[in-house]
Amino acid sequence: MNQFIIFIIISVLLVSLYMFRHKAWVKQVLLLDFFRGLAVTIRYFFRPKVTVQYPEEQTPISPRFRGMLALRRYPNGEERCIACKLCEAVCPALAITIESEPREDGQRRTKRFDIDAFKCINCGLCEEACPVDSIVLTPEMHYSIEKRGDNILTKDKLLAIGDMYEADIAKARKQDKEEQ
Amino acid sequence: MYEMLMELIYIIIKIMMVMLPVVGIVAYLTTAERKVIGYIQQRPGPNRVGFAGLLQPIADGVKFFVKEIIFPRASNTYMFILAPVISFATAFAAWSVVPFTEDWVIANIDAGVLFILAMTSLGAYGVLIAGWASNSKYAFLGAMRAAAQIISYEIAMGFALVGVLMAAGSMNLTQIVMKQQGGILHWFWLPLLPLFFVYWISAVAETNRAPFDVAEGESEIVAGFHVEYSGMSFALFFIAEYANMILISVICALAFFGGWLSPFEGIPVLENTFAWVPGVFWLIAKSAFFLFLYLWMRATFPRYRYDQIMQLGWKVLIPVSIAWIPVVAILIQTGLLA
Repeated sequence: MNQFIIFIIISVLLVSLYMFRHKAWVKQVLLLDFFRGLAVTIRYFFRPKVTVQYPEEQTPISPRFRGMLALRRYPNGEERCIACKLCEAVCPALAITIESEPREDGQRRTKRFDIDAFKCINCGLCEEACPVDSIVLTPEMHYSIEKRGDNILTKDKLLAIGDMYEADIAKARKQDKEEQ
Repeated sequence: MYEMLMELIYIIIKIMMVMLPVVGIVAYLTTAERKVIGYIQQRPGPNRVGFAGLLQPIADGVKFFVKEIIFPRASNTYMFILAPVISFATAFAAWSVVPFTEDWVIANIDAGVLFILAMTSLGAYGVLIAGWASNSKYAFLGAMRAAAQIISYEIAMGFALVGVLMAAGSMNLTQIVMKQQGGILHWFWLPLLPLFFVYWISAVAETNRAPFDVAEGESEIVAGFHVEYSGMSFALFFIAEYANMILISVICALAFFGGWLSPFEGIPVLENTFAWVPGVFWLIAKSAFFLFLYLWMRATFPRYRYDQIMQLGWKVLIPVSIAWIPVVAILIQTGLLA
């Protein structure tokens, strides 16, 4: 019985104080701002989590993603590059070195096509400059360079990368065209 | 001789039965803290070690064990080793008077509340010695801050507990709880509502937890008093801090929220439905809520400035607690708080 009387007294006291809540000191006495802050955080506590569990889940990648470099081939296996050296000219980081000479059948082809991966800034200007869609940046970003010298991507390596990721490259290009 | 030995073994077993669960809870409280704060920030927290991150505290423990303990050359090695030991020992010594149910207590002494206040105050020496013995300016600043803060808030905390002692008419923790029998409205939180808030705020400050963690203040003084500690010596401080948090939460449940008493006491149907639940469950549930409140507050409030902490302690909490003590006296004298 007594406890009810105390309960009613304290409730009346708190409620009457709450009616003057616009006054700064009442706000402080009742800790109103603190309870409001706690209410905000507990609401967030129950919200769905936004974390992407990286190795298992991955964030979506744009079809224009500029990852590892590659040289493409035509469907019949012929390399696309015609040694026009436009990419070498446009490269702002001077990462591309090309030497060309005529092939046995008289076509102009590259003798040497080196890209220094340490210099490359993945800007994609070479891809834009290329008239035959030969040099491209793949959507692949998981690669590393382990040994000194491996940073020089030679023609063979670039063509091999192109062969490996041809499906991805073609898919990304198709997707990009559809979205335009 | 034989009987004495048996007595000793019996006491050691009793101590272990309290200490080991506390250490276990400390371990999982660290994971719970990271999980709760993660959830509040919309991320899942540690979830890689074991199922849903449940082995995380074990991984942390192994890491602490295998790490080298570095003794700074300028430090006082003896004091440097002594400091974490003092922190750890006092944090666990206070548990000896905590009752878990009516007769589940290691030492049912009459001045239980006084003993707990004494032990938590002694813990300040661990912090002080750590800061002094490290001979590093950041550790020293952290120790000074911690000492000033603990001394200031001890007064407010003591006064808040004085109200509890007056209402219970006893300093024995078991009797304090037994005095609250009769349902939620009979618990001391209601007549001592302002004292409960004073107690809780000063308890958070007393354990140097956010938002009163200027003693560690990462952004200003690196890690405060334990900046020079590594490996197991750091882990001792860490365990002591969390053991103190749990202790404060349990004391809060005992002194203001009826300890092991069922919250359904006096409610006709529910009382019988929940009669089978052991009392210790209610104590754990109540303490768990306050532990969650610790983490919740840490995730919510920004750190107080040092002068604001002093102002809050001396100019707000102490006057409020002193002002409410006469009110408690009046309630007792008029028979409202029998």
